[in-house]
Amino acid sequence: MTVPVSEQVDPTAGTSRADRGLRRRPGVARVIGVAVVALFAVMPFIDVSVPALLPGVVSSPGSLQVLGIALVYVGVAMSYDLVFGYTGLLSLGHAMFFAFGVYGTNLLMEKAELSFVLATLVALVATATSAALMGAVALRVRGIAFAMVTLAFAEALTFFLLSDPLHVTGGEEGLAIVSSELPDLLRGVANLRWVFWLALAYAVAVFLVSRFVVGSHAGRTWQAIRENEDRVELIGLVPYRFKLVAFTLGGTLAGIGGSVFLVLARGASPSAASADFTLALLIMVVIGGAGRLWGAALGGLIYGMLTLRLNALGTSGTLGGLPDWIERTVSEPLFVLGSLFILLVLFAPGGVASLIDKIRVAVAHARS
Amino acid sequence: MSTFVLIFITSLGLAGLYFLLAAGLSLIFGLMDVLNLAHGAFFGIGGYACWLIMKHLTVIGPLTLRFAVAVIVAAVVGIAVGAVVEKLLIARNYGNHLSQILITIGLSFVVVSLLGGIFTFEPKYIVQPDWFTDTVEVFGARIPNDRLLILGVAVTLLVGLLVFLRYTRHGLIIRAGVENRQMVSALGIDVGRSFTLVFAIGGLLAAVGGALGAVYFNGVTPGLGSGQLIFGIIVVVIGGLGSINGTAVAAVLVAMTQQFVNYYIAVGLGDIAVVALLAVVLLVRPQGLLGRVAR
Repeated sequence: MTVPVSEQVDPTAGTSRADRGLRRRPGVARVIGVAVVALFAVMPFIDVSVPALLPGVVSSPGSLQVLGIALVYVGVAMSYDLVFGYTGLLSLGHAMFFAFGVYGTNLLMEKAELSFVLATLVALVATATSAALMGAVALRVRGIAFAMVTLAFAEALTFFLLSDPLHVTGGEEGLAIVSSELPDLLRGVANLRWVFWLALAYAVAVFLVSRFVVGSHAGRTWQAIRENEDRVELIGLVPYRFKLVAFTLGGTLAGIGGSVFLVLARGASPSAASADFTLALLIMVVIGGAGRLWGAALGGLIYGMLTLRLNALGTSGTLGGLPDWIERTVSEPLFVLGSLFILLVLFAPGGVASLIDKIRVAVAHARS
Repeated sequence: MSTFVLIFITSLGLAGLYFLLAAGLSLIFGLMDVLNLAHGAFFGIGGYACWLIMKHLTVIGPLTLRFAVAVIVAAVVGIAVGAVVEKLLIARNYGNHLSQILITIGLSFVVVSLLGGIFTFEPKYIVQPDWFTDTVEVFGARIPNDRLLILGVAVTLLVGLLVFLRYTRHGLIIRAGVENRQMVSALGIDVGRSFTLVFAIGGLLAAVGGALGAVYFNGVTPGLGSGQLIFGIIVVVIGGLGSINGTAVAAVLVAMTQQFVNYYIAVGLGDIAVVALLAVVLLVRPQGLLGRVAR
């Protein structure tokens, strides 16, 4: 007998009290959310330089690309939160659907000569279909076995992309984006702000869709499944169907993220499908706080900025004077993230979101 | 015919590596319900331990002897790393399997980047005795000796592991714990010690696998272990979680499928065939070949 993953940990454990505090004042959260989105939206016009964090002034193409990719991570992390954080499914194959979006969109533009928008829509349908099919198979098993099966599926895709037996995916090199099918607004470095806004729109859309779904009947059933799947079954609901919907929706949203990422990264690379990327998503969600959309979003942003900028930090000379190997290790993003991740799991299982909650509760106590 | 024999024996060698990687994984999972995603890191650490000894322990002239020392050092390092990881990180989270898995994920990232930081990401080639690459003729096929060596070491460790599990008290407790952990604890036996023990055993097997893998894969890179881990996991699932015999059988099955499909059908398709094999096994027999009732 295996205890389903859902029963083993409650990602929001220890935060319920603070959670209620959050619910009491939904207005504040909304104001903060809108302010953050507005701040991002005006970034292409801000000519301030942020040393270390961004390569140039905020509005420079380099910075906008970094921020755009981080925003895609934000969206994909939230899509993963639906599967892992809310439904309690430890899927280790989420990157697969992201890669479907990346490769699918580009291949449709290249082979079928569809426009970017049309290619994205077709890729979306294809991703949704394959997510439903794979979910249908993988969800036959529960707990760790489910994790292993999804991992194996994703690895199969990586092997396929790398070895490229059909000569379509470009093997290790990946594919360069088919620029001719892009709308004018998304083409060229001068228009990078539009690509950035596209990424922002994607992140916001994922948030809104997810928030709606999480609050719906289905979303509440997901959380019930996470807490205790057997009990949900006893009530007379079929957990399998709800889990399949969560898995499919999460995968589809990640696939759209893949299409946006394709434009930002100007190409498709097999690392998009890798198990490392799924584990990265897991790290994002856990760092931010699983089972909370804004937690996952925060985790995606932290992860994105760290991975994209830590290398630069290592070569910037800030760490000068240390032995070479320490400098190399510390400037390796995965080292910092992995260590941070372990510490968080050990000492703050609720992630950054729970830390913020704790501070908030402490402040509230101090006031009263 | 000779090609067939060559691939057959080569895949047995590879099966040996898969077994060394998967056996610890399977025991750890069977006893503790922990999917140790840092297991590939143990493999990589073993590979680098072997490389370091072969490169720097020039006091020992004969390469064969030096390699033997290197494998033993890798084994000891593996035991130490396994035990320390369990005591320091896993033991804090007994009863919370998800946290334990998450920690092993973080650990695998940390170890890979640490190895990369220390040794760079360039592949390191192992100095090896000439006779490793010499061939011996079996049924008309010329088989490189290192394949046979890997197979020999893996079989020796398999037998050793089975004897340990069967005839020692610690082995008995581990077997009982895999069957029913609660019952063992209820009898007043400290299962926590067995947890550390299986991690140490897993570390030993994986690190020896890494040392041999450094020879088989013609060098070692930081990501070597994590790259192979997926096959280890597939072997564990196909073999049946917690079953050592099942792991051994599945290792051979997976390695054969991979190598033969790669050679006779298309290079690269072997890896996909292995995943297909996993899917079939899961659909037909979810508990794995020699596993107990579906977990």
